[in-house]
Amino acid sequence: MDKTKRHRLSTRAWHWINLLCVVILFMSGLNISNAHRFLYWGDYGFQPSEAWLVVPRFPAWATIPDFYDLAQARDWHNLFAWPFALVLLFMWAAMIFNGHFWRDIRTRRREWRLASIAEDIKAHLRLNFGHSPGKYNFLQKLSYGIVFGVLLPGMVLTGLAISPGMGPSYLWMIELMGGRQSARSFHFIFAWALFAFFVVHVLLVILAGPYRQIRSMITGAPLDKDAPTAQQEART
Amino acid sequence: MSGMNRRGLLAGAGALFLSGCGKVADSAAGRSAFEAAQRLHQGAQRALGGGGLVKEYAPSEISPYFRGNGSVDPQNGDYQAQAAAGFTNWRLQVGGLVERPLSFALEEIRRLPQRTQITRHDCVEGWSAIGQWTGPQLSVLLEAAGLRDGARFIVFRCADNLNGQDYYESVDLDDAFHPQTIVAHALNGEPLPIRNGAPLRMRIERQLGYKHAKYLTGIEAVASLDTIGEGKGGYWEDRSDYQWYAGI
Ligand code: HEM
Ligand code: HEM
Repeated sequence: MDKTKRHRLSTRAWHWINLLCVVILFMSGLNISNAHRFLYWGDYGFQPSEAWLVVPRFPAWATIPDFYDLAQARDWHNLFAWPFALVLLFMWAAMIFNGHFWRDIRTRRREWRLASIAEDIKAHLRLNFGHSPGKYNFLQKLSYGIVFGVLLPGMVLTGLAISPGMGPSYLWMIELMGGRQSARSFHFIFAWALFAFFVVHVLLVILAGPYRQIRSMITGAPLDKDAPTAQQEART
Repeated sequence: MSGMNRRGLLAGAGALFLSGCGKVADSAAGRSAFEAAQRLHQGAQRALGGGGLVKEYAPSEISPYFRGNGSVDPQNGDYQAQAAAGFTNWRLQVGGLVERPLSFALEEIRRLPQRTQITRHDCVEGWSAIGQWTGPQLSVLLEAAGLRDGARFIVFRCADNLNGQDYYESVDLDDAFHPQTIVAHALNGEPLPIRNGAPLRMRIERQLGYKHAKYLTGIEAVASLDTIGEGKGGYWEDRSDYQWYAGI
């Protein structure tokens, strides 16, 4: 890797393609949700009295397309499911092989001590994000790890479980999730968990200096001239 | 930048993005990308599934009530008169690209070898219901009639006219000959209720509900869907651009 870069090309490419896919999948998903605004647990459910959640109707400006059209929303959703899942697979392979996962995302046992987690939270509240020796501090590693390891793959796994055509080959996973309607509920919950991450993530980027941060995620340039690059950090 | 301006900029960017999406969806390239993705899902699901069966449930798992959707009480043609007569004059025609066009009375359908299956029905809107269906496999009817060379799709003709158009649907031979594709005349051990498609309906278990044609009057083997209806393979496909492959 180029020693002067903060983010590898693979990370940068994944990050922006993923952003486009997630935005389109989320907004077309909200259009799909408007078709039947009730979520159930188990295998079946079709009437409001069986629902554990009555979902509000999402306004047109929050959906793709920007009017209610289940067929077109499904077209968008089905199309962008492919690049979304494929770049995620690519990113996992790249992270494992180029060491990014082991070096920057994986948390270490010593970071799980209460005192150091409390320190980390306090530093965050003071808006001091560059306080840890590695590339990312503990809370960043934890949240990126959950996004890469649980939420993003969870969207694919639960999305597949909702598809009737996957019935014959994917039964074990559908059962593991507690049935098709449970999988649909998890798909919805995970989508909103991703949205929550997205809001906090973008907020922190804005607070940490959006121009440098975003430039660095596009070109790979270090945050500032004196900041250690990934390569130097790896040696500490 | 003032807060007002920033909000204006965000709203403007959002509107631009949405109108961009609209342009893509309306373009020929957009449509062919959607269709390619649909075929990719179909290919992947079939490769993984390998013709296997969907889950069949225990009787205790049957939903208390099986919802009807779309047409639930057809008023067109002589449907109501047929219903009043207990469907004794109902005929199911098997024709198109076949060696021997056939016509079945309800009683004859009931006398064919039967399959009973308790399966989950998934609607495109998102809900699911579990019911027990009984009827002959479609493959039994198609083998009796004998498909001619060139037959690639099976079209289902229906008695109900919804919003001025006759309902119809179609599947390829992979779904037509799937062991769980049956012509059902009974739900939960009783003759089909009208809302669920009396007296005959299709079960296409690996696809969404709109493929399961109700009020079935005809089964037609064809080489191409281009000249059927408006050419997209089904009522909802023609009318609202729903996906022809509904396994997703
Ligand atoms: C970040 C990625 C994704 C997001 C944010 C997302 C979001 C959503 C949302 C909010 C819904 C509406 C749920 C409801 O019916 O109430 C939905 C539906 C659906 N999604 Fe996704 N999705 C994503 C990825 C995927 C993927 C990768 C697949 C498939 C491989 C998929 C398949 C589906 C299906 C089949 C439905 C229909 C659910 C229904 O019947 O209601 N999604 N999605
Ligand atoms: C406009 C929206 C977004 C902006 C401006 C943005 C910006 C950034 C920036 C600047 C970084 C680098 C942080 C650092 O070096 O400390 C980053 C990293 C990251 N972002 Fe985003 N992001 C956005 C959306 C998203 C979305 C939607 C997701 C996932 C659902 C996401 C997931 C991640 C992950 C996992 C990382 C860590 C990458 C790694 O090093 O492996 N981001 N983002």
